[in-house]
Amino acid sequence: MATETGGDTGFGQVSRAKDVAFRYVTLAATLVGIVSLAILLAYVTVDAVGWLDWQFLTSPPHPDPFEAGYYPALVGSIALMVLIALVTFPLGVGAAIYLEEYASDNLLTRFIQLNIANLAGVPSVVYGLLGLGLFVGLLNLGFGTLLVAGFTVSLLVLPIVIISAQEAIRAVPDSQRQASYGMGATKWQTIRNVVLPRAMPGIMTGTILALGRAIGETAPLIMIGAPTTVFGVPNSLFSKISAMPMQIYTWAQYPSTEFQYGVVAASAVTLLAVLLTINSIAILIRNKYQQQQS
Amino acid sequence: MTNEQMTSSETESTDEHEHGREQQTAPTPGSGLTDDADGGGTRSETERTVLEARNLDVFYGDEQALRDVDIDIPENRVTAVIGPSGCGKSTFLRSINRMNDLVDTCRVDGKLAFDGKNVYDEDVDPVALRRKIGMVFQSPNPFPKSIRDNVAYGLEVQGIDDNVDEAVEQALKRAALWDEVKDQLDESGLELSGGQQQRLCIARAIATDPEVILMDEPASALDPVATSKIEDLIEDLAEEYTVVIVTHNMQQAARISDKTAVFLTGGELVEFGETNQIFENPDHDRVEDYITGKFG
Repeated sequence: MATETGGDTGFGQVSRAKDVAFRYVTLAATLVGIVSLAILLAYVTVDAVGWLDWQFLTSPPHPDPFEAGYYPALVGSIALMVLIALVTFPLGVGAAIYLEEYASDNLLTRFIQLNIANLAGVPSVVYGLLGLGLFVGLLNLGFGTLLVAGFTVSLLVLPIVIISAQEAIRAVPDSQRQASYGMGATKWQTIRNVVLPRAMPGIMTGTILALGRAIGETAPLIMIGAPTTVFGVPNSLFSKISAMPMQIYTWAQYPSTEFQYGVVAASAVTLLAVLLTINSIAILIRNKYQQQQS
Repeated sequence: MTNEQMTSSETESTDEHEHGREQQTAPTPGSGLTDDADGGGTRSETERTVLEARNLDVFYGDEQALRDVDIDIPENRVTAVIGPSGCGKSTFLRSINRMNDLVDTCRVDGKLAFDGKNVYDEDVDPVALRRKIGMVFQSPNPFPKSIRDNVAYGLEVQGIDDNVDEAVEQALKRAALWDEVKDQLDESGLELSGGQQQRLCIARAIATDPEVILMDEPASALDPVATSKIEDLIEDLAEEYTVVIVTHNMQQAARISDKTAVFLTGGELVEFGETNQIFENPDHDRVEDYITGKFG
């Protein structure tokens, strides 16, 4: 080190100014995201103090902010998540398996592939319209019911699940498939015994990310006529439901500052907590799978 | 050491051969190379042909990977397939158990018969065919499963669930791996060393007792010690199985094989015969050039 900085080694010196500058630029880029998220979390958490309590979590909404509760929206969101997971996981993994393992590489397949990528980018409000037309209008499943909300948001996140499951399946080394086929395994045996176990952690991760997006969706719920406020928990697929972001949206429009700050902040913290819990559970499941692999 | 191994292997092979089945497939016209080669051998009269290619062409799209290949691969022998990169030797191996079917653009013309039956006939199920022909790949590719489940994989997919543990033990013994792993059968196959993994893959391939074992450069990813173990193993396997091995390594072919097929560029089988004869006195100058390292 000493000779390097001494400059009289006979090799000369190479300037590191751009190296150093670039390092700090990239660090700054990293910090913008993290710091703003931390500030946001801090603000919301501070605002939620005194509002987020057991009463808030277990009571129905109420015009009086001090008695207002989040229970129906919380249960509604969780029910919605379960339904979405049940719908998107089999459909998404099924579509991914078909596209990666069965479909031959032709124009039609590429067209489908391109469209799935495009669908992943379609704004959620458009999916809301689709849900309104298809599930409410055509199939007559009722305005704002759990079933319609679940199906609509499922359609919204399905492309994300398909694409991430495809990537996970594609990441399975071809040598593993060859080994299986070489042993006289059928395609189905190869997919079930070799491809899916190995792709499962990646598929899980993709599904979790998709659920994370789904739990925050509000626009499609508005479009399919989910009520702004629901006082009871859903007891069937045809119950009208509210969801956490929907309830936040409603409360944020109330004139009183207690609603705008305290109640909304408590709701946001709850939403984030549920989201983090779902993610944690999913990561645990994924790690368990990964351990079985190695 | 090389010579001793060769000799012992040939003695064993000859012993084994006397219990072997009678020759079923008569040499066919057009296999001139084979006939020449057989003339130099001592066992040619009663050798049974297990794999027989006639005018075999393989194409990938518009590229021709194999050109008019005629070959008769005898039972319970090690047949080495050598040649420079891109000469079609792996393609030939993969056309035997129809692994080439997995390539969309692959097309096969001509005949490739296994036990007298053209495997490209319409009534042949490639999955059923692969159950009679084991395959070992270039780099070890055990599944991320336990050692036992790896070896039992073929039994599992074939729906054989009797005496699985016994079959696993037998296969591991025949693959010369049993003593090293018998106390860790439930541990992952990925925890073994590269050479052990490759022997595990060999055990996996023989657990279902196939007739033929295809090996695609099975030692190319291994160190010399592991390679030497695999080579010993291959010679032992030829007592019970017909082994076809693709290799880049000419010394390896000379050490372990009874017969050698030389493919040269363009997917042509230039010469096929007894290994000694190919390496000592090949008929074709191109083969001699290749073997002595003048090209390829």
